[in-house]
Amino acid sequence: MQNNFIRKIIFDEKSRSLLIQTLTIGIFALVIYELVQQTAYNLDKRGISSGFDFLNMAAGYDISIRLIPFTSEDTHLRAYFVGLLNTLLIAVCGCFLATIMGFLVGIIRLSSNWLFKNIAYVYVEFTRNVPVLLQIILYYSILLHLPQIKQAIVLFDNFYLTNRGFYMPSPILKEGFGIVLGSFGLAIVATYFIKKFFQRKQEKTGKQYPVFLINSAIVIFTPIIFYYIAGMPIELDSPVLKGFNFKGGMVVRPEFLGMLFGLSIYTAAFISETVRSGIISVSKGQREASQALGLKNNLVMRLIIIPQALRVIIPPLTSQYLNLTKNSSLGIAIGYADLVHGFGGISLNQTGRAIEIMMIVMLTYLTISLIISFFMNMYNKSVQFKGNA
Amino acid sequence: MSSLVLKNLSHNKHYNWIVRNFFSTWVNTILTIIALIFLYKVGTFFLDWAVFSADFKTNFQGEIITDRTLCSKNIAPGEYGACWTIIYARFDQFMYGLYPVEETWRVNLSFVLLPFAIIGFLFDKLPFRKYFIYFTFIYPFIAYFLLYGGPNLTIVETNKWGGLLVTLFLGVTGIGLAFPLSIVLALGRRSNMPIIKSICVVFIEFIRGVPLITLLFTANVMLPLFLPDGVNPDNLLRALVAVTLFQSAYMAEAIRGGLQAIPRGQVEAAQSLGLSYWQTTRKIVLPQALKIAIPPIVNTCIGLFKDTSLVLIIGLFDLLGIGKAALADMTWTKLYYEVYVFIALVFFIFCFGMSRYSLYLEKKLKTDNS
Repeated sequence: MQNNFIRKIIFDEKSRSLLIQTLTIGIFALVIYELVQQTAYNLDKRGISSGFDFLNMAAGYDISIRLIPFTSEDTHLRAYFVGLLNTLLIAVCGCFLATIMGFLVGIIRLSSNWLFKNIAYVYVEFTRNVPVLLQIILYYSILLHLPQIKQAIVLFDNFYLTNRGFYMPSPILKEGFGIVLGSFGLAIVATYFIKKFFQRKQEKTGKQYPVFLINSAIVIFTPIIFYYIAGMPIELDSPVLKGFNFKGGMVVRPEFLGMLFGLSIYTAAFISETVRSGIISVSKGQREASQALGLKNNLVMRLIIIPQALRVIIPPLTSQYLNLTKNSSLGIAIGYADLVHGFGGISLNQTGRAIEIMMIVMLTYLTISLIISFFMNMYNKSVQFKGNA
Repeated sequence: MSSLVLKNLSHNKHYNWIVRNFFSTWVNTILTIIALIFLYKVGTFFLDWAVFSADFKTNFQGEIITDRTLCSKNIAPGEYGACWTIIYARFDQFMYGLYPVEETWRVNLSFVLLPFAIIGFLFDKLPFRKYFIYFTFIYPFIAYFLLYGGPNLTIVETNKWGGLLVTLFLGVTGIGLAFPLSIVLALGRRSNMPIIKSICVVFIEFIRGVPLITLLFTANVMLPLFLPDGVNPDNLLRALVAVTLFQSAYMAEAIRGGLQAIPRGQVEAAQSLGLSYWQTTRKIVLPQALKIAIPPIVNTCIGLFKDTSLVLIIGLFDLLGIGKAALADMTWTKLYYEVYVFIALVFFIFCFGMSRYSLYLEKKLKTDNS
């Protein structure tokens, strides 16, 4: 009888898997229990207190790069949000720039010009085979070697390139700006109907209209016209050299620029490869068939190749966005005040709450990753084959 | 007569190729000219900086350079290029860190033996491959004995390690340790047992969802808190733990891709022959899956190799960390570009080599299957 029981456990798949899983849970629970006990003991022995009350204590340090006001009297919780916003800022700007550069380089890699093609190839191989951290540090040190404020490089009269950052005029919005903004919004809405209108006309007559040109003109010129009608409601506040620094205007810090260049130049190399393989994956017959139908080259690209290539491009593009966002944590190496640098670094050193802070930071990154995947998956669904393909 | 025709043809071929690639349309011609100007400008600038106007061991006055003030570009600003002397002067540190000078032969020996340990895995048609594979399994012990020390060899603590040694150590050991772990994770993720599966999924997705730097911080700050008294791994070991866990999650996903590519019929056929789960996995599924998965695995290895540079943030002196330390030295400070370009070149050689190997494998897989 007992022999039978053992036989059953060893040879019956169901009871065997039940046994293995029970054992796994048991070992897992034991390890976790031991770890918690040990950690509690260690914390106690070193006199480290725990808990999340530190979030409401004054941070006691300053953050130079910030999107919301922050002083050293503000709490660690606020420092967290300052860092989070900086992380999101660099991630969004980086993804944007990397996508544009990546698509450009990917298309150049497929161009018929041998020289252009190979310049792009050398760029891709050199940037993606060198650590992104090294690139960030390298670009940052180039930016730090720009001239000092007194000898700033002046571009277009009002833009100053210095080793302390990129100074430029900031717009001051006056009364009547709402009208310009509203007209811009209306213009965008109008383009939708204009597109529909010309589409219907084209379906009836078969004649093509320069819809894109008309719409671009509307979007660009309507706000400009309303800008003058409303009496030029934007005033530029130009940076002026006073003493040792610029007064007025706004400044993009070299830390931000270094991160932006490093992340986007690095990621663009990877994106260009996915774009290239996506375009290659569209079979040659598709291009030939559309050319046989008499489509022009740019229409072949826009209507036939790109929509099909996107299906292949989107999933790896998503993981590149995720990588860029995670790599934005390298800001700590050059002092860009992101989540890891401020909250995960300085707050951790000041409060000593390593476990709590690392948990919050990791969960934050997990959440950001999940959100990006969610939206990209939605977009991916919209470009995939419709129907039962 | 016939030779004349052939000659004409080949002439035409080159001529056609040039026209097609450079001057097919007037847009193309303009692009070619722009590209040529760009290449000329960048090429001459870089070559001039790196070679023709650069200092190697002596400056333009013929003096031997001993510190940065003797670099030509610091004597005559704006006229001279790179000052590579910093690389010569610090070469030992770039390679070994603070490893005792009289013991560096041990590091050199393990560097020299490393290719022999790897080569058996890389090329499946290698003569005497079996013995190379044996050596692969012995190598870690030899390397440990050589690098750390043991009987007859003085012990060199890991805080003296640095430079390329640390970079290679973290890369190679991380990959080596992560490989078995990643196979377990990949198999677990495809298991029918819900609990095993969910543990593996949570582990993989968690690691892939957070930046490596947070894992390194965690290992650095929190590992001592988790462990009992007396067990206190040094900094290098802590970084190694983080790097291994990180790499195993990414590798597991690459292997899972390989596992998914194996047709269900293979497993069913093996089971109908009476093979058990482990027999099926070990003899039928894994050999095929790993073969498909090797190119993506190599790609994750390239990623890891580059990512080892992150350990500089937790205070280890890898290649990049040693570079920053060299720049902090008053004798050589401010020679940023020389140091960073040199380090970039070292990383490039390793990573480019690995990516070429991965391409070679992909091509080979394609021809094998067709």
